[in-house]
Amino acid sequence: MDLSSINPVLLVASLMVAATPILLAAIGELVVEKAGVLNLGVEGMMITGAICGFALAVETGSPLVGFVSAAIGGALLSLLFVILTQYALANQVASGLALTLFGLGFSALLGQDYVGLKPPATPRLDIPVLSDLPVVGPILFSHDPVLYLGIALTAAVWAVLKFTRVGLVLRAVGENHDAAHALGYKVVRIRVLAIMFGGACAGLGGAYISLIRVPQWTEGMTAGVGWIALALVVFASWKPWRALLGAYLFGGVTVMQLNLQAAGVAIPVEYLAMSPYLITIVVLVILSADKSSAPASLGRIFHASN
Amino acid sequence: MTQTLLSINGLTKAYPGVVANDDVSFDIGVGEVHALLGENGAGKSTLVKMIYGLVKPDAGTMTLRSQPFAPPEPRSARADGIAMVFQHFSLFEALNVAENVALGMENPPPMRDLARRIREVSETYGLPLDPYRVVGDLSAGERQRVEIIRCLLQDPKLLIMDEPTSVLTPQEVEILFETLRKLSAEGTAILYISHKLEEIRALCDAATILRLGKVVGSCIPRDTTARDMAEMMVGSSLKTPEPSNRTLGDVALDITGLSVASPSEFGTSLKNIHLTLQQGEVLGIGGVAGNGQDELLAALSGEIRSAPDAIKLNGAPIGHLGPNPRRALGLLAAPEERLGHAAAPDMSLTENALLTGSVRKGLASNGFLKWGATQEFAEAIIKAFDVRTPGPANAARSLSGGNLQKFVIGREVLQDPKVLVVNQPTWGVDAAAAAAIRQAILDLAGGGAAVLVISQDLDELMEISGRFAALNEGRLSDIRPTDTLTVEEIGLMMGGAHGMEVAHV
Repeated sequence: MDLSSINPVLLVASLMVAATPILLAAIGELVVEKAGVLNLGVEGMMITGAICGFALAVETGSPLVGFVSAAIGGALLSLLFVILTQYALANQVASGLALTLFGLGFSALLGQDYVGLKPPATPRLDIPVLSDLPVVGPILFSHDPVLYLGIALTAAVWAVLKFTRVGLVLRAVGENHDAAHALGYKVVRIRVLAIMFGGACAGLGGAYISLIRVPQWTEGMTAGVGWIALALVVFASWKPWRALLGAYLFGGVTVMQLNLQAAGVAIPVEYLAMSPYLITIVVLVILSADKSSAPASLGRIFHASN
Repeated sequence: MTQTLLSINGLTKAYPGVVANDDVSFDIGVGEVHALLGENGAGKSTLVKMIYGLVKPDAGTMTLRSQPFAPPEPRSARADGIAMVFQHFSLFEALNVAENVALGMENPPPMRDLARRIREVSETYGLPLDPYRVVGDLSAGERQRVEIIRCLLQDPKLLIMDEPTSVLTPQEVEILFETLRKLSAEGTAILYISHKLEEIRALCDAATILRLGKVVGSCIPRDTTARDMAEMMVGSSLKTPEPSNRTLGDVALDITGLSVASPSEFGTSLKNIHLTLQQGEVLGIGGVAGNGQDELLAALSGEIRSAPDAIKLNGAPIGHLGPNPRRALGLLAAPEERLGHAAAPDMSLTENALLTGSVRKGLASNGFLKWGATQEFAEAIIKAFDVRTPGPANAARSLSGGNLQKFVIGREVLQDPKVLVVNQPTWGVDAAAAAAIRQAILDLAGGGAAVLVISQDLDELMEISGRFAALNEGRLSDIRPTDTLTVEEIGLMMGGAHGMEVAHV
């Protein structure tokens, strides 16, 4: 066993990379759930974003085009969920599961010609002086722009929900859609926009996996990250900064256990592999003991009776 | 009357199968308090929704201050000075008072200024409120203050109030009326919907009466008796329920030191309740909703168990028994919530009759159901209580509130109970059905059963019960004979004014 082979600076830098797809998807789903909609299709929207982003980045040679089209792809797929749940008033749990299954199959179809290709590399931030600083440089100043976007998005969602009228109306719709309707707010329109935002975020998260974290395309490559993001939203008590904390914790323990495996620690691999799930759940369950509860209209179907 | 504020001309709105409003016309003057009277389903709610822009009329026009007025959505109605306090609170429990108020305003000021204005206005009108408290923690009376203050902050010209007093104590009602009179003196018109006729007589300048969507009359409430107004609403003369002989027998139900914790997080625990109920007696329990009524019913029906000796039926301890053993002994209960608690909404009337009737009517043997006998039982209920439905195969959900309530009460009454406990027997029920239900309760007591009526309708309790007590924060007041009680005393028994003051301006 040789723990000295683990470099703490690289560990922190790579945990941020590992956490970003989960964070992006979780922040999007958090907004959707705050609006009172439970979309279980995160996994399907992520994998669709992953292949849309991968394909267009390969075709155009531009990672930027890839990420933008991943967001669009995720949002377009979420429109299917919109039609089912907001207009046809279908059950949200069933529709979300269908969306995941559809997304997995559809992405495999789209991705047939892209297996084994290499995507264009996403440039990393390179600020003179700052990026060359020891310790701080690799951790804070030499990542790709999408990672910073994830953190900025967390801050933006937090601020919008807490301080702006748009955020207040969104929370009101998720809390009591009948009362919001009686006050004259457009419940369905607000929810449609929230769902599309969630789809775009999930798509971005998926593309982050296929373009940066594991730069290649394989079928089903999101491997349950969407489900982790869904669980994270609940355990984070619908609070953006806690979602960030949870994502980084999960990413951190994942990277750590891989490092420990490589270093040959005498713990069975199965225990190491389950540790990210266990530790994240335990920490967030302890944190969520403050009784902040789910949006009261979460998962309920809204039908304007008049 | 001074100049006209809002004039309604021939408003008509039809829904599939029913005309909710048919050619409705009336005027509201500036500063007038105008009552809108009618039974459930008379079209009052549809009418105010059209004024507030939630529903578009099929035909007819409105003019506001001599200008054509057709609000496409509540936003524009609010911009024209129309504000509404809803019957079912339109509040967001997880948000605080200031956020709730901001959601009802077009251009709310920043939170800090808004909080200050909420404090100012609430103190001016004697409705103290802390802007940063979460609405979920407030009492029903305090929640209503939030709604009213939300309206007052917009400086409304017309304030619509849909059954505002159903959750208030008499003292709170008096203070609300002071506030409304003050507003009316300042020139705000008020459209007041209620079925409490004495309140309308005390408050309103004019009244329009609706029946089946049509205007059937108007009157000056001060100069009209409550009975005349009720008969205009119903369209026929009303029978006042008459008590049969009131000879009291032995003690049927004896509750000693009953204390139970509420099963729900926001419920009220019962604290040391003592009461005795004699055969042939109707005991009324009043109090503002949420003071332990649901818990008392659950403790008596057997949904919440207690110490065996806390509840005795004819001398035998039953506190530890569940609902079915209690039914077998003759203690029956009809809870408040018709759909979901008293009846299963999507099951047929026959199935619902079986659910509580199987024990006493012997509708099951060896685990097999006797559908024939059950259907006869359901038909007997429908016949005896004049339940308007095509037949017992219809789902409970398809019945109107009043008809389902008659069915639910009738189902228990026909099982020949020794003690019957009912919660809100005539809540949301029209006047004719309410009279029939009250008569059934009195007849049951006349036949020697003991009846415990929990209700928030004080007039109802005064009419049918021999003795009265009030629940306040889970404690039961002294039990007093109703014929010597004054409204003042009842209010104090219910807990007084809960910190409200009379308007300062």
